[in-house]
Amino acid sequence: MAAVAARRCGRGSGIWRRAWWRGVASNARGEAVPAGKSGLASWVPVVGLEIHAQISSNSKLFSGSEVQFAAPPNTLVSFFDASLPGTLPVLNRRCVEAAVMTGLALNCSINKKSLFDRKHYFYADLPAGYQITQQRVPIAVNGSLSYGLCIDNKMSQMVTKTVRIKQIQLEQDSGKSLHDDTRSQTLVDLNRAGVGLMEVVMEPDMCCGEEAAAAVRELQLILQTLGSSQAVMAEGQLRVDANVSVHHPGDPHGVRTEVKNINSIRFLAKAVDYEIQRQIEELENGGTILNETRAFDSRLGCTVPMRDKEGKQDYRFMPEPNLPPLILYDAKSLPANMNHQQVVNIDWIRERLPDLPSVKRAKLVEQYEILPEHSFTLLNEEGLTVFFENVVKQTQMKPRKVIGWILNDLLSYLKQRSLTVKESPVSSFLLADLLNLVEKKEISAAAAKQVLAELWKGEGKTPLEIVKEKKLELIQDQKELEQICQLVIDGHENEVDESKTGCLIGGHISGYGDKGRKSKSSKQVNWPGTKRNPWTLQSCSGEAIIREEAVRVVTRENHPSVYRKRMLGSVWFTANELWCLHMQHWDYWLFSSSTMS
Amino acid sequence: MRLLRFGRWLRAGVAAAGPPGPPQVTAELLAHLEHLALVDFRDAEGVERLQKAIQFAEQLHEVNTDGVEPMDSVLEDRCLYLREDDVTEGNCTKELLKNAREKVEEYFVAPPGNIPLPKLDKQETSLQGS
Repeated sequence: MAAVAARRCGRGSGIWRRAWWRGVASNARGEAVPAGKSGLASWVPVVGLEIHAQISSNSKLFSGSEVQFAAPPNTLVSFFDASLPGTLPVLNRRCVEAAVMTGLALNCSINKKSLFDRKHYFYADLPAGYQITQQRVPIAVNGSLSYGLCIDNKMSQMVTKTVRIKQIQLEQDSGKSLHDDTRSQTLVDLNRAGVGLMEVVMEPDMCCGEEAAAAVRELQLILQTLGSSQAVMAEGQLRVDANVSVHHPGDPHGVRTEVKNINSIRFLAKAVDYEIQRQIEELENGGTILNETRAFDSRLGCTVPMRDKEGKQDYRFMPEPNLPPLILYDAKSLPANMNHQQVVNIDWIRERLPDLPSVKRAKLVEQYEILPEHSFTLLNEEGLTVFFENVVKQTQMKPRKVIGWILNDLLSYLKQRSLTVKESPVSSFLLADLLNLVEKKEISAAAAKQVLAELWKGEGKTPLEIVKEKKLELIQDQKELEQICQLVIDGHENEVDESKTGCLIGGHISGYGDKGRKSKSSKQVNWPGTKRNPWTLQSCSGEAIIREEAVRVVTRENHPSVYRKRMLGSVWFTANELWCLHMQHWDYWLFSSSTMS
Repeated sequence: MRLLRFGRWLRAGVAAAGPPGPPQVTAELLAHLEHLALVDFRDAEGVERLQKAIQFAEQLHEVNTDGVEPMDSVLEDRCLYLREDDVTEGNCTKELLKNAREKVEEYFVAPPGNIPLPKLDKQETSLQGS
C-alpha cells in the first residue's frame, strides 16, 4: 500500500498526499497534518503573491507632500492627496527610477512606454474614489526572482527556486482607516494617501508557505539593497497578499481566495499553510471554495472572511486622462537636446545597480571559502556580513573557522537576547582579539567560550584581561606539564597495568560535573590514538592543557598519594585510568604516546 | 466621454450573441450600476433616460475605426513632466479639516465600512413595464 508520501515542495511538483490508512496529509516538511476523511487524494496547492512595496522617497508619487511614518494625522497631506477639485497629479522622478531599478534587479523587461489608469472603488480612505495605477501597460513585465530554500531544518542544504514575476507597476497608496467599533465610526488619516507603491505581481509558481516566505524574504533583501524600498513589514512598507487555491493534479486550477492582513514573513507562511489546509478540508468534506477575500488573524492563526468584500469587484478601469504616457529612454534612444532632469535612462540606472544579494553571497562563498548556507545566514541578519568581514580582517584565524564563531556563538547570543548586530556588546574588534588568542594557542576553544560569556556582560574588559583574571591560559611550559602528568600517574600507580602496552589515547574531555562521580560502567573506553611524543599533554585540537584545571584536580584532598610522589620516566596509561581521570573533571586531556612494541 | 465608457462597458458586460445592438437594461444590471457608481435611477423615467443615452452613444459604431489606435486623451502626445523628489506641500491640516462635517482630533470621520445599498424591490416592478 502506498506509504505516506512525504513529497516535499522542494522536489517534484509539491503534492500533498495522504496515506489512506492513516488519514493524514503531509506538508512540505513531511510533518503529518490531520485531514478529513480517508481516501487516496492528492492535492496540488497553488500560491501566488501580490506584494506592495512602499517606495523610499522624500515626497509622494503625484504630489509634493512628505513621506514619513508615524507623523501627526493629516499633516503630510496636500490638496491633491485630499482630492480637492482642481488638483492634478505630477509624477515624481525618483519613484520612476526606483521602479526601473527594481525591474532591472528582477530581470524584467522595462516598458519604454507605460500608461497610467484609474481603478475605481469606494472606500473612506480613498478620497478620490479611484486609485491611479498601471493596469494596461505597467512599467516592467516578465521577470524572475530566485530564492533559496533549506531542505531540512538544520540549514545544511539549500536549493534554489525561481518564481516568475508577471509585472511591476507604479501605483498610489490609500490612506489609513482606524476602525472605532464602539462609536461605530472610522477615523481616516490621509498621511499615507498618495505615497508611491511598487506592486510586484508574482505568477502562481509556489506551492507552500515556506516557499512564499523565502521568496518574500529574498525580495525584501533585494529592495533593501537597491534602496528602492526599506521594505520593513512592521511599518507597512511591505505588504503581501497571498492568492491560494488547491486542485487535483491534472485538473485546472481551483477557485482561489485572497488572504490579506499578513504582518510578517512568519505569519505569511502560517497564513498560506492554514489556508491550503482549510481549502483541502473544505473540498474533501464536499464543500466549495468561494472566491472571496479573507483576513489572517495572527492571534488565532487562521483566516476569516472579510466584510465589505463580497463578490467580484468591478473596478471600471479607465485611462488616467491627466497623465500622458511615461516614456523611458536608453542609451540608444536618448534624445540629444532634452533636459537631463526630464530623462530617465534605463542603461544609466542599470550601470549603477549595486550588487544584489545573490551576487554578494556568491562573492562571500568564493572569497572566504564558506558554505552557501552560511552566506544566507550572513545576509539575512542586518550588519552581520560587515561584522564578519571586520573580524576576518583583524584576526589570523581562517574565515572558515571564524564563521563558526560568528554563527554558532555570537549569533545565538544575539538571538537569545533579541539583539541586533548593531546592539552587540561584543564588537568585531573584541571578538577578533579573542580569536587571535585562540589561534595563537594561548587559550583553548572552551576557555574562549568562557571569555566570550564574560565579554557579553559588556563590562569593558579586553579578552586578555579576562583570561588573566580567570587564569584561563594554557600551560606552555614542557617541564610543568611533565610534573603534572607525573603527579597523576603516580597517584594511579597501582592501576597501571604493566602487561598492557601503551594505549594511544585521544579524547576530548570537558565537564564540570561533581568531583567524586564515577562512571557507571567502568569498562574500557576505546579511543582512537595518535603517534605523538609520550609526554605531550594536549587537547584534541592541539591546545595545551589548562593548568588551573590540572592543578585543581591533583590536590592533596583528591589524591593525597599522588601529591607526594615525584617524576619518573615514560609512563603508560590504560584507557581505564584515563577514564577515571576524565570523571574527575579534567578539562582537555589528551594523553598520547609513541608506538611501542 | 462618460457615456462612451458606459456604452462600451455595458456591451462588454452583457454577452451579446449577434452583432452589437442596444443591450437590454435588466434589473440586475441596474442594481450593479447603482452599486458601482452610486447613482440612483429612482424611477422608470430615469431608466428610460439611461436607455436613450445608450442608444445615443451607439451612434459611434457608424464610424469605421479599423486600424486606428484608440485615443486616451487629447494630451497623450505631450511629454510627461517629471518632478524632482522635494517636499513642497503639506502641513495644511486646519484648512483640510475645514471641509469635514465631522472630525475627531484631526482625523476625518467616516461611517464604519461601506454601507450596503438597500434592496429596491419597487425598481423591479417599474422595469417590468419597459
